[in-house]
Amino acid sequence: MREVGPGARTTISFKVNGGAVEVDVSAEDRLIDVLREGLRLTGTKEGCGIGECGACTVLLDGKPVNSCLVPALQVEGREVETVEGLAKDGRLHPLQEAFIEHTAVQCGFCTPGMLMSAAALLRENPNPTREDITRAISGNLCRCTGYHQIISAIEDAARTMKAWGPVASGAGTSEPPGAPVVSEASRREIHSRNSAD
Amino acid sequence: METARDKAAKDGPQDEFSIVRHRAKRVDAVEKVTGRAKFGADLYFDGMLHARMLRARFPHARIIRIDASEARKVPGVVAVITHEDIPGARTFGPVKRDMPVLAFDKTRYLGDGVAMIVATSLEAADKALELVRVEYDELPAVFSPEEALAEGAPVLHDHAPGNIVNHHKVRKGDVDAGFAASDVVTEREYRTQFIEHAYIEPEAAVAVPNPGEGSVTVYGSIQNPFTARRVVAEVLGVSLNKVRVIQCAMGGSFGGKDDIMSCMCARVALAALKTGRPVKMVNTREESIVEGYKRHPYVLKYKVGATRDGKLQAMEIRILADGGAYASMTPFVTWRSVVQATGPYEVPNVKTDVYGVYTNNTYAGAMRGFGSPQIIFAHESLMDELAAELGMDPLDLRLKNGFRPGSVTATGQALDDHAVSLVEVMQKAADAIGYREKRKAYSEAARRAGTKKVRGVGLAASYRGVSLGGEGVDATGAIVSVQQDGSVYVYAGLAENGQGLRTIFSQIAAEELGCNLEDVVFMDTDTSLIPDGGPTVASRSTTMGGNAVRDAARKVRETLLAVAGEMLGTSCEALKASGGRIFVDGDPGRSLSFGEVARAAYNRGELMAAFGWYKGPKVWWDEEHGQGRAYFTYVYGCQAAEVEVDTETGKVRVLKVAAAHDVGRAINPATVEGQIYGGVAMGMGYGLLEEVEMARGVTRTRNFDEYLIATSMDVPEVIPIVVENPDPYGPYGAKTIGEPTCELLAPAIANAVCHATGRRIRELPLDLEKVLLGRSLKAARGKRGSEQA
Repeated sequence: MREVGPGARTTISFKVNGGAVEVDVSAEDRLIDVLREGLRLTGTKEGCGIGECGACTVLLDGKPVNSCLVPALQVEGREVETVEGLAKDGRLHPLQEAFIEHTAVQCGFCTPGMLMSAAALLRENPNPTREDITRAISGNLCRCTGYHQIISAIEDAARTMKAWGPVASGAGTSEPPGAPVVSEASRREIHSRNSAD
Repeated sequence: METARDKAAKDGPQDEFSIVRHRAKRVDAVEKVTGRAKFGADLYFDGMLHARMLRARFPHARIIRIDASEARKVPGVVAVITHEDIPGARTFGPVKRDMPVLAFDKTRYLGDGVAMIVATSLEAADKALELVRVEYDELPAVFSPEEALAEGAPVLHDHAPGNIVNHHKVRKGDVDAGFAASDVVTEREYRTQFIEHAYIEPEAAVAVPNPGEGSVTVYGSIQNPFTARRVVAEVLGVSLNKVRVIQCAMGGSFGGKDDIMSCMCARVALAALKTGRPVKMVNTREESIVEGYKRHPYVLKYKVGATRDGKLQAMEIRILADGGAYASMTPFVTWRSVVQATGPYEVPNVKTDVYGVYTNNTYAGAMRGFGSPQIIFAHESLMDELAAELGMDPLDLRLKNGFRPGSVTATGQALDDHAVSLVEVMQKAADAIGYREKRKAYSEAARRAGTKKVRGVGLAASYRGVSLGGEGVDATGAIVSVQQDGSVYVYAGLAENGQGLRTIFSQIAAEELGCNLEDVVFMDTDTSLIPDGGPTVASRSTTMGGNAVRDAARKVRETLLAVAGEMLGTSCEALKASGGRIFVDGDPGRSLSFGEVARAAYNRGELMAAFGWYKGPKVWWDEEHGQGRAYFTYVYGCQAAEVEVDTETGKVRVLKVAAAHDVGRAINPATVEGQIYGGVAMGMGYGLLEEVEMARGVTRTRNFDEYLIATSMDVPEVIPIVVENPDPYGPYGAKTIGEPTCELLAPAIANAVCHATGRRIRELPLDLEKVLLGRSLKAARGKRGSEQA
């Protein structure tokens, strides 16, 4: 992590959904600000800002994190995966398919974070029990569904993925949809949660 | 990927429907699982500014002066907006116009907005917030209905000198005679708490100025776009057609994104017109909990009389509802309470009084359940307490007094034109949980000394009026528009809140037209595209909106069948439309695709769009005598819970819940089950976990670290039991499911805990200290334990 004083700006480079990006950030910026405001990857949601609701869950080097608790500067040189990177080559991830199949989506606001927690689980543990799943999503609050259909969906996705082989084997395998194209043109300045002046 | 469920969905049910009654996938699921769905905070416009609110410093204070001169000097600040900038109405409110958009004379709770900073960045806005100087004259305040009603109490609103928002009553028979005829008379007091909607998406709105003078478009997490439009127009002082409100994807609402969103929309609209630029406002979670209205805390005094054999003779009920600083929906919430206060039981003599009261707490308003969870906690606890006094089983007492076909309610309404299925849902829930066996087995187990963990079962039942009832005008519309390629638009005045309305309405349109569900696109609710169809509340969407969609789709189908009849050389009566084809009934070889017929109809110049409208059956209410046909139909539900109580810690674990709900007809069994699972989780939170703690008007539980909602680890096993007794009024017989699911579990748990421990807890939630010590240590009840002198 770089040393940057309050208010100072610096450029960081990291990978999002397999694609390299460079963004200007300040010391106060959080990863969620970089994703939403800077890269307009608005699939990642903010529900509480204190790491309690899990709506902002993304994968950092394959591990689920609350992106509202991660300083942007800590992401330098690392890999981030968001919900926009789950579907590959125009095909939904088995988890996404299963969420649709099981009516595991109601308002949809917790869904991206829920999917990322589930994706992390299935990568780590391809044969999870219902209890494993319940524990893996216990940091993701949902007010609509009561969780049952979500848990069933994840169980189902695990079965599918086992039958089909490793569909989502991790970041950086190809150029997934949702990955910002690496170029100067896509490089946006982030005025920390601010897009106008 | 075909699951067993999917197969079942494809195969059955074997009836006359091809799309309704099937487990159709949600039509908005793909956009939601890919992160592409746009919620209010996800919108960006060129040159967009950010707005932040300065809120009240005191729960009750006179505003002497607001000085924003230093705040305006902060680089990046474009405007500081106060009540002086409002060109139109300064106040709004669904029943009483008592709530300021920006406080002008007084602050009445800590969520009141005093000034709005509009800046190029949130940082600049936050900096400026600290520089606004507001001079206050602090006033004495009241923080409970009892305080507010005391002689000489401080008055919040000039129009309500006694701090009473409203008083509703029901009068039936002669309660004195009823108690005189009773062998047992039981009196109890119950209390419920403030709870938070806790939708995961905090409130967000963006206003964009339109080129026309004084015209604006507002986007956001808006439960009721038409309500918001009216408030925006009134505050701006412009006509309704200058304001366009478009609903974004809603990250949950549960009744909670109504008044607060009308207010936020009016604020950003003011800012957008003042600055000429798009303006966005997003609440933090803390702001959402401090500003947002809550479920009303009730104090409920119940007196019930019964004969020795358990027949109810009389009920006398007095309820105080803490409405907080503004009236909001209190008059309607408490009206539902007064109608349903005696529960689903025949009681010949009833006297009920419900008062809504102003206090300097956060205001209370609409929340899923809407005045029912409180009274159901009371009457269902009371039924168990009465059963104990009579030496009866609680289920038997309910069966003895429960509504049956033709029963007459407390408001004098005969339940004679729909299936009164109370007994059916009670028996189904009881059977599924194993009520009779466990009631006996666990009582015996509890008698064995030395058991650290004890188990119990309990249940609760309710009846619930569908839609608005005597609250007001009940009508709504929809447009079905078929395109020349056979694809279909559906527009509705009611709005998706996350519950699945788009899916249900799309299913109904596809069913009636005979097209495929995939061919239907449900448009965002936009106030400029469809007439005002009232609010998306009171679990009225399926019944009311579903009928409107059906009406519209049937009109279009008639046109298409006429064209198809000519093309196939047969009368349109001989035709059927289903599965994307229009064919001769009994001769499916003679058929046309839906798209072919649409193209032909287009080429013949036929109108392929129709407007549908549905006006609810007549209801009436006599406020003076507290009698009437309160709702045109009712639903019946019963939830039974099995719990395990740790007698050393007070921890209650809900092991299993059986939830039986008569929905009339399940348009989509999968979304009905989703409502049951979600409602059960919310009901469990109400019973065990949730409480917005307010200490002298200060919200202490401001985020999810302190305000606890059920996680995946907390929810019990749930057995959803969908009971279908088609209703004469609903589309395909469908009634309602959203709200009944969350109103029953808290008392079922309280009854199960009492069965397990012998301890009756009359105050929600059943947290550790209440279960263990029998009393609350929470700040909301005065002071924290350590602060008690």
